Amino acid sequence: MKILPVPTRILAGALVVAMMTLTAPVAVAAPAAGPVVRIGSKPFTEGIVLGEVLAGVARQAGCAAEHRAALGGTQIVFAALERGEIDCYVEYSGTLEREILRGETLRDPEDVAAALARRGLCRSTPLGFDNTYALGMKETVAAGAGIEAISDLAGRDLAIAVSDEFVRRADGWPAIRDAYGLRQTPRVLDHALAYRGLESGHVAVTDLYATDPEVRAHELRILRDDRGVFREYKAFVLYRADLATRAPQFVTALVQLAGAIEPAVMREMNARVRLDGEPESAVAARFLRERFGWDVVAAEPAAAVRVARDVGRATLEHLALVAAALAAAIAVAVPLGIYAQRRPRLAGGILGAVGILQTIPSMAVLVFLVPLLGLGWKPAVVALFLYGLLPIVRGTFNGLAGIPPHLRESAEVLGLDGRARLLRVELPLASRSILAGIKTAAVIAVGTATIGGLIGAGGYGEAILAGIRRADAGLLMQGAVPAAVLALLIQAACDVLERFLVPAGLRAGG
Amino acid sequence: MPAMTTQPRSTRCIPDRAAAPSPADGPMIALDDVAKAYGGRWVLEPTTIAVFRGTTTVLIGPSGCGKSTLLRMIVGLVAPDRGTVTIAGRRLDAGSVSDLRRRIGYVIQDGGLFPHLTGRDNVGLLARHLGWEPPRITARITELADLTRLPAAALDRFPSQLSGGQRQRLGIMRALMLDPAALLLDEPMAALDPLVRYDLQEDLRRIFRATGKTVVMVTHDMGEAGFFGDEVLLLGAGRVVQRGTLDDLIHAPADEFVRRFVSAQRFPGLSGGEGRNAS
Ligand SMILES: Nc1ncnc2c1ncn2[C@@H]1O[C@H](COP(=O)(O)OP(=O)(O)OP(=O)(O)O)[C@@H](O)[C@H]1O
Ligand SMILES: Nc1ncnc2c1ncn2[C@@H]1O[C@H](COP(=O)(O)OP(=O)(O)OP(=O)(O)O)[C@@H](O)[C@H]1O
Ligand SMILES: [Mg+2]
Ligand SMILES: [Mg+2]
Repeated sequence: MKILPVPTRILAGALVVAMMTLTAPVAVAAPAAGPVVRIGSKPFTEGIVLGEVLAGVARQAGCAAEHRAALGGTQIVFAALERGEIDCYVEYSGTLEREILRGETLRDPEDVAAALARRGLCRSTPLGFDNTYALGMKETVAAGAGIEAISDLAGRDLAIAVSDEFVRRADGWPAIRDAYGLRQTPRVLDHALAYRGLESGHVAVTDLYATDPEVRAHELRILRDDRGVFREYKAFVLYRADLATRAPQFVTALVQLAGAIEPAVMREMNARVRLDGEPESAVAARFLRERFGWDVVAAEPAAAVRVARDVGRATLEHLALVAAALAAAIAVAVPLGIYAQRRPRLAGGILGAVGILQTIPSMAVLVFLVPLLGLGWKPAVVALFLYGLLPIVRGTFNGLAGIPPHLRESAEVLGLDGRARLLRVELPLASRSILAGIKTAAVIAVGTATIGGLIGAGGYGEAILAGIRRADAGLLMQGAVPAAVLALLIQAACDVLERFLVPAGLRAGG
Repeated sequence: MPAMTTQPRSTRCIPDRAAAPSPADGPMIALDDVAKAYGGRWVLEPTTIAVFRGTTTVLIGPSGCGKSTLLRMIVGLVAPDRGTVTIAGRRLDAGSVSDLRRRIGYVIQDGGLFPHLTGRDNVGLLARHLGWEPPRITARITELADLTRLPAAALDRFPSQLSGGQRQRLGIMRALMLDPAALLLDEPMAALDPLVRYDLQEDLRRIFRATGKTVVMVTHDMGEAGFFGDEVLLLGAGRVVQRGTLDDLIHAPADEFVRRFVSAQRFPGLSGGEGRNAS
């Protein structure tokens, strides 16, 4: 797709950047007058690149585009679309028909369109590529083991690692397991990690998508789906029907994407991000420029500036999530711990219930919460709140239960009423244990708040998840290091707090 | 109430009216036919005891015979399985317990001080909760420190920074803070060295007499029982075996158990340390 000689392109690029820089203040003073199109994307490279492509199309059509990138998976993104928190995202036919609309009778495309219409949704013409599921192995390993088709896997002792979504989806692992009679128990691994496992030899077989750039980079053999289990995964845009009235120019512009992204083009875009480390926005911009001659995506600021700004913003977002969740958890868990200690019969049930909350994977909590609360900080805070309950309830309960009986009696015999006993004697005596629980809850919250990156709540999770996705250690560190520092700082802050809140007599003399 | 195999016989223990300083007032503390059982076993058989105003009653008896149970019943920490407790003419029940507790001081071994409060705050805790003005609290604490001869510096230390004798004095100050009519002490001097104990015994008896308190005290020390007790009750296995002055118990033991109990004291200086009191 060489349109211009390289020096000319650089010159043109520099000119565009210069013009953008000059016009930027004007743009701030007079924001785009067009309607806002809110775009979502699932948390993998292809979804994000296509989200950026949609953003470019929207801007080209004269709309203001917001891209809530890398939301936490199909259920969360679709829930956000249904709730109207996003207007559109790129989905695949197989996912739509067999996951999202599971349980509906779908005999032909009209049935699918009707099912979508009932939800106030439409789908665009397919974009041009089919990203079907596949199973892949290292070429050398597959040749050595004589495996060409999925049916060759039956009864073979091979380490299979598949993505979380693949193992759960009816059209993923369960479908091929049943169709091919596979007895192996797959390990669940993030895609990026599974590819590393293939290289290191710890993983023999993994699931992949037909447009994965790694097929070439890792010299993989795609196993033939000899029983035709995997369905078509044609990509298209799912959008809210009301966009046709709110942003008709965007819906019209979408038509141009029909059939515009061939499989090779998509694989190349994925490769530029995953293998060459280019930002998704730059890859999408290049596609729009080369394909349609549009220059729509604003230039990125210099990397160093962006990192500093991102870390600052992520820190504020992260702290806000942790602080809100922790405050709520303290307000609920301390009284709950007191109540549990007062009602020995209920104590087991209360501690058990908050303990079970702790064991629910954060992804499951989010899938439950997003349909109720939407995207953004709300579901993140609620999830962190739920995870914060156990340590604080337990700290309060143990602190109160550990008060020597003779001290409890001393307070009682003195003639203090129940409230005074609690406030003047029992809580101060339990303060150290309660604070220890709060400290644990705070550190857990700092770690868990990375889930904010899955649902558009921001925080360090964005950089960490993006770093894992792109196998970009620098980006990962940009989130992981401040998160670790924050955890240490919070621990130190709790130690300082302990000096003020734990009565001196409990620290003096032992 | 658990099923009992044998109905225990009731022991009545009311001092001579003549010995009571103001019999017209009625007893300060009256236990009427109270009993307590744990797990089907009587730890206190039905017992009736009256303690008159201004007198000191000492409970002695072997370990586990129910002395602390009896004392704890008077402050409502143990609910009797039968019978009633009456303090200053008011029946002890759920409605009166908080109020009555403020009229009874209760002191346990080592003072039972709250480790998170200084000596001063331990003593003033209840008064502050009841809304006393700070100057009044300070004045009262100073007065009590004089009375118990507690060094002023000890007031502002935490219990972990105090000696055993100082903690005990603070426990007594806390019990006396609201000037209660009655004082209950459960082995208050068990952990003290002989010199501190000697001084504290003197101080306590002086305080009891000066303030006209009604006192019930548990001790294992026969000398202490004689030193304090207007009346001594000897308990054995959940019932009152004998009551009277210590002299009565020594010179007219009701049975072999009483004789053995009151003579089981060792005094230094007597031959081989084996000498027995009043044999
Ligand atoms: N909460 C309880 N549950 C079961 N048994 C109890 C309880 N409290 C006391 N007891 C039993 O009741 C009996 C009397 O106990 P109590 O504390 O009154 O003895 P005591 O005379 O004060 O003994 P000591 O001189 O050793 O302090 C003991 O056998 C004790 O084990
Ligand atoms: N950690 C501490 N900080 C400040 N003062 C202390 C501390 N520990 C003890 N003291 C003071 O030192 C003095 C001696 O205390 P110590 O406990 O050695 O006395 P003791 O001889 O054991 O007395 P008792 O017989 O009453 O137990 C007391 O005045 C006590 O208040
Ligand atoms: Mg006892
Ligand atoms: Mg000592």
